[in-house]
Formats: sequence, C-alpha cells, structure tokens
Amino acid sequence: MAELFHRKLERSAIGFVLAIVAAASVGGLVEIAPLFTIDETVEKAPDMRLYTPLELAGRNIYVREGCYACHSQMIRTLQDEVERYGPYSLAVESKYDHPMLWGSKRTGPDLARIGGKYSDFWHVAHLTNPRDVVPDSNMPAYSWLARTALRVDDLPLHLKALRAAGVPYTDAMIENASVDAYDQATPESSTSSGVADRYGKETQVRVFDDVATEVTEMDALVAYLQVLGRLTDAPYKNTAAPQKPPEPVR
Amino acid sequence: MILTLTEAERQIALGISVAVALGGLVLAAAGTQDTMEVHGWLILVFGAICAIVVIRDLWGPEPPRSRLESYYDEPIKAGIIASMAWAVVAMFVGVWVAALLAFPDLTFDGAWASFGRLRPVHTSGVIFGFGGNALIATSLHVVQRTSRARLPDQLSPWFVLVGYNLFCILAASGYLLGVTQSKEYAEAEWYADIWLVIVWVTYFVLYIRTLARRKEPHIYVANWYFMAFILVVAILHIINNLAVPVSLGHAKSYTIWSGVQDAMVQWWYGHNAVAFFLTAGFLGMLYYYLPIRAQRPIFSYRLSILSFWGITFFYMWAGSHHLHYTALPHWVQTLGMTFSVMLLVPSWASAGNALLTLNGAWHRVRDDATLRFMMVAAVFYGISTFEGSFLAIRPVNSLSHYTDWTVGHVHAGALGWVALITFGSFYTLVPSLWKRDTMYSPALVEWHFWLSLAGTLIYIFAMWNSGIIQGLMWRTYTEEGTLAYSFIDSLRAMYPYYIARTLGGLFFLIGAVIGAYNMWRTIRSAPSSAPVEGDVPLSAATAVARG
Repeated sequence: MAELFHRKLERSAIGFVLAIVAAASVGGLVEIAPLFTIDETVEKAPDMRLYTPLELAGRNIYVREGCYACHSQMIRTLQDEVERYGPYSLAVESKYDHPMLWGSKRTGPDLARIGGKYSDFWHVAHLTNPRDVVPDSNMPAYSWLARTALRVDDLPLHLKALRAAGVPYTDAMIENASVDAYDQATPESSTSSGVADRYGKETQVRVFDDVATEVTEMDALVAYLQVLGRLTDAPYKNTAAPQKPPEPVR
Repeated sequence: MILTLTEAERQIALGISVAVALGGLVLAAAGTQDTMEVHGWLILVFGAICAIVVIRDLWGPEPPRSRLESYYDEPIKAGIIASMAWAVVAMFVGVWVAALLAFPDLTFDGAWASFGRLRPVHTSGVIFGFGGNALIATSLHVVQRTSRARLPDQLSPWFVLVGYNLFCILAASGYLLGVTQSKEYAEAEWYADIWLVIVWVTYFVLYIRTLARRKEPHIYVANWYFMAFILVVAILHIINNLAVPVSLGHAKSYTIWSGVQDAMVQWWYGHNAVAFFLTAGFLGMLYYYLPIRAQRPIFSYRLSILSFWGITFFYMWAGSHHLHYTALPHWVQTLGMTFSVMLLVPSWASAGNALLTLNGAWHRVRDDATLRFMMVAAVFYGISTFEGSFLAIRPVNSLSHYTDWTVGHVHAGALGWVALITFGSFYTLVPSLWKRDTMYSPALVEWHFWLSLAGTLIYIFAMWNSGIIQGLMWRTYTEEGTLAYSFIDSLRAMYPYYIARTLGGLFFLIGAVIGAYNMWRTIRSAPSSAPVEGDVPLSAATAVARG
C-alpha cells in the first residue's frame, strides 16, 4: 500500500533526500538536455555576425543598467507583434548571447529590431533625456553615459572569456579588441578598416555620439542598439513572405 | 552570542572570519580598476567585524553542559531580526522603484538610482534578504522542535546565517554599483554565487545532521518542504549560475549558457525559485505554525503527501511557460503549459489542507490577527496558484505576458502569501522564543494585518487593470486593419495605475514597519515569569521527568 511505503520513507532522511532529488530532476532533464542535441532548435544562419568589441561593451552597459528589466528582445509569433516590431525573433539571433536578454516585461517597447530604426542622433538625445523626444516616456535619463569614458583596455579578456563560453572569436579579434573598439567609434583613425575586416563589411564604423575626440559609454551603447536585429538576415528570409531587411537609418 | 559557542568553535569562527577578510583583500588587490575593488574591501571589512566580535569573547567562560538540555535558539532570534530589517529596507526600495515608474526624474542624475539598478535591490532584498532569513530562522526552529533534538553544534548555524547575509549584502550593493549577471532573481555575480554554494552546503549538512539526531521516528511534513527547498535551490543555483569570469579582478562574468538554452535554463531556475524558495520553504512554515497557532492537527496526512510530491515533481516542468510564442521550441512550451495546469491539483491540495485544518478554530481566526495572517496567506496561496496555472495557458499568456499582469500575479504570491505567512509565523515565534506572554501590542498586530491586506489588494487590482489594458491596447486593430495604439499610448494609460500601486506598496511597507517596531518592543519588554513547559529536547525532557 502506498501509504505504508511512505511511512517507511519518512523514517530515513537520506532516503527522503534521494527521493526529492530524483523527483525534481526529471522535468529539467527532459526539457533542457534535448535543446542541446536536437539540431532544429537553433536555425542555420551562415551570415550571422559576432558582436564587435564596441558593441559587446555596449551590451555590457545594457546589462549593467538593467535595461532588460523594462525592454524585451524577443518578438513573439503573434500578428500584432510582428506588425509592431518586425519579423518574429529566431533562436539563432541570440546564439552568441551570453546571457540572452529576451526579457520578461515591456514597460518600454521591444528592442529586438531597434537597430537602424532611429538615427544615432535620436538615440543620443533619447538616452540623454527621454522626455526631450518622447514627452510621456517614463524611462530614466542616462545623460552621464556621454560623460563617462569607455574602458577598453580589458576588452581582450572579455572576448577570451566569451570564447571559453563558446563564441568563435579568433586570436586576431582577441588581440585587437581594444584597438577595434576605439576604431569603430573613430573612423578617422588610421587602422579603422581592421575592425570591418575582422567582423564583416556590414560593421557600422562611425562616430555614434557626435563627439569624435573620445570613445564614451554612449558610443558603445548606441553602437549596440544600432546592431540589434541586424546580425543576420535570416528572420527576413526564413518566412512565408521573404523580404529584404529595411535600409538602416543612421 | 559568542559565549554560547564552545572554545574550540570560537577558534574556528575566528579562523573563518580571518580567512574571509583575507579573501576580500585578495579580491580588492586583484580588482583595483574594477568594481571588484569595492566588493573586496567590503568583504574585508565584513570579515574583520566578525573577527572582532569573536575576539572580544574568545577567552570567555565555556558554555555550561546544561545547554544541551535546551534548543539552540540564538541564531534563530538573529535570523528573525535580520529578516525584518531586510523587509523594511527592501520594501522601501520597492515603493521607491514603483514611484520611479510614475516619476522617472527621481534619479538625481545618478547611475545607482535608476530603475534598472534599483529593481534587483528590491527583488533580491525581499526574496533573499527578507524571505531567505525567515526561511533559515524558521527551518532551524521547526527542525529542532519536530525532531525533539538540539542543533548538532553552535558554530554552523551562525556560519549559515552570517554567511548568507554576506551574500545578500554583496548582491544588493553590487546592483547599485552595476554588478549584475542580468539573470532575473539570480543577478549576483560569480564570487557571491560561489560563496552562496559554500553557505548552502553547510546549511544542508546542518539540517541533515539535526534530522539524524531526531528522537521522533518520522520526519514531520514541514521538514519535507524545508529539505526540498534546500536541496533543489542548490541544484538550480549551481546550474543556472555556471559562468566564466573575465578575470579574478573583474566582477563581470559570462554565463556558459547562450540564447535559447540560456532562456530555458534561466526560466527553469526562475520559476523554480518561485517553487522551491517562495513556495516549498513557506509551506514548511505553514505546516508547522498554522496548526500550532490554531491548536488543531493538520487536516489530512494523505493530502500532505499528495501535495508534497506533486509540487516537487510538477513544478520542475513548468518554467517554459515563461517563454510562450518565443523562439523556444513549441514542444517545450507545450510541456510547460501542461504541467503548469496540472500543478493546480497539488497547490490547491495544500491550500485546502491548510484551510480545512482551521475547521473548528474559526473563532480563533476571528479573534487572533496572527492566525488570520496565516489564514489569509493560505487563501492568497490558493488564488495565486490558480492565477499561475491560468496565465500559463498559451492563449491567455499571449495577452498577459510582458505586461503588468505578471507583476500583479507575482505580488499576489509575494505579498499575499509569502509575506503574510512569514508575519504570522513571526508573531507566533517572537513571544515564544523570547519567552514573553504575548506580543507587545496586539492592537498593532491588527493594524499590521489590515494595512497588509489593504495594500496587497490595492496593488494587485491596480496591476490587473494596467496589465489587461496594456495587453489589449497592444493588440487592438482599427477597422482599416492597422494597429490602433502606439506603444506610448499604452504607456500613457498606465500612469494612474502606477501611482495606485505605489500607494498599495506604501500601505504594505507601513504595515511591515509597524510589525518590526512591535517585535522590537516585545523583545525589549520584561520576560514572562511562567516557564514554558515541554519546549526542550527529548533527552532533557525525560531527564526532567525523572527528576
């Protein structure tokens, strides 16, 4: 009888511990392990680019400031979302995201395809004081980003850590990470073609915050926002009605 | 407090404190250009303070042998005080972040004061600071009483409690500095996570050692839940937090999971943090303090078994309901939805078991605000688990996800269930632990109860309204077939509700402050003259009986 068995189980602390671990392990094993083995889980997208060091630094600022608490980066397979934000998000788009920033709450709009929708100038004005451009916005102002120099000297260590976690950064990318971050926001510098060579010709090399003399956290964050949704064309092609990605606004 | 430790334990405590301080020094030295430096110094100061506290009484008299004839309650008392302190701080931050959504310029142009950095201070502060300390304190109280055995030593409970609070301080201060993994409810960085693993393993070993000393043949149901809480939280914490640090001198790390797998691991963690931190542990409280206070045995032993194993097994499948319509494969979403709906059975079995236990004691519920706290907690547990199963259904989720409805649901559980059961348990525990006849002011307990209830109701009604309006506005089409509202239209509609929820939160905060004050005055009042009969371990009880 079941009850008798349970009376016995209750007399053994170790038996109870093992029973709990067994009962609690099944769900996670069944739902998580296959995500690594079933190929269809993540689509193929050969044109998928890596974040440049500057974009990665911007992403880290996005994480640091907790932007994910109010902005999702995951367009669901619902008609109104696709019409509002663009093609629904594919798994492959966040394949190199450690961690993913899909989010869970939209106090502000989804940002999965924000890249190229607004100009750099708009982003800088908006981050400096959101209510200057969107009067009813309740987003905090991040004006101090433009006053804060970006730390670039340790970017090789960041790329190295990401490579250990599975992102295919090459030795050359790691070695040149600090220079590449500087160059991407300083097109006048002599070596700025290097970053496009390493990360692809689509790489956006320009002054993001309108101040060419210094690379700030504003540069990095805007560079990141402008690349969101533009790392691969797959979401525009892998649908019933393929289309070309819209031309980016700068 | 140090005088209750044996001399050998004091020496070990000093060794640990010094080791922690040195660890902090190493991190501070390695991370001179990073926020790690601040945390290194913070750990150093924390270790040094612990060392000083130990040294002051290092050569004091050995505790008497007679200590073994009573339960070891000193760390439990400290845990309750820590829990209430975190409650007041973290709920204050909660009201603040709620206000920030309606008044976004309250940031003083400072990085630390923006919503994104303060929000995890609130969530971690209430979940880990308030909830975690309450769980540690009550679990150590319950395991001693239901096993009729004293904790096996004096040092490890202190290590667990103090070490755990170091984790909470590192987490909360880190968010203000911008140190975060961005994994919701697991934002603390790698070094804090490693430290928590050490603390947690000690907690588990302490719990099992106490159970091994039990004088009762059976392990009481409250302990099943506390064991599930300790064990499963360890598994979740370790797997979700696997990460590659940038270097020893960097606070920053990169999780080893990426993209869709990371999303699944994160919400497997996130939902089961709700299940095993915010549900299982607090059900442990419910199963002990509610019958004690109502003076009625648990209604059904079979229902207890059913709901315990149902919760332990089903919950672990439910996390993927956070990812409906996303890039997570459809089959995983379907599994998550199915198990979430099935979860209603064990959840309502627990809530029903609690409420049926009160049959025959309803006059006490009417007269005793403490018992009423626990009764209403069980009701909110029933409501929020029903709502949870409902929101996990895919089409419902298409409306509710990403909106304030989710936030309202979380707070129905966190305020209505978790906080109320904790307050009810504390009002039972504080007079008994400090050997007082009653709380300092029963009237203030009533005030606390009604403020909490009013605050919770205002909060969740505001969030239901805002969430549903928001969800509907996002999907409303005009007759021409275009979207009717821009995003900012939907935000504009939120402001009245954001102000209402701030008010609801404020009510709840005032209640918590009153509760903390009442407990403090109780602790400071004169002890009761009449000794409590029978509240001693079994060996001592028999010794007393033999006289």
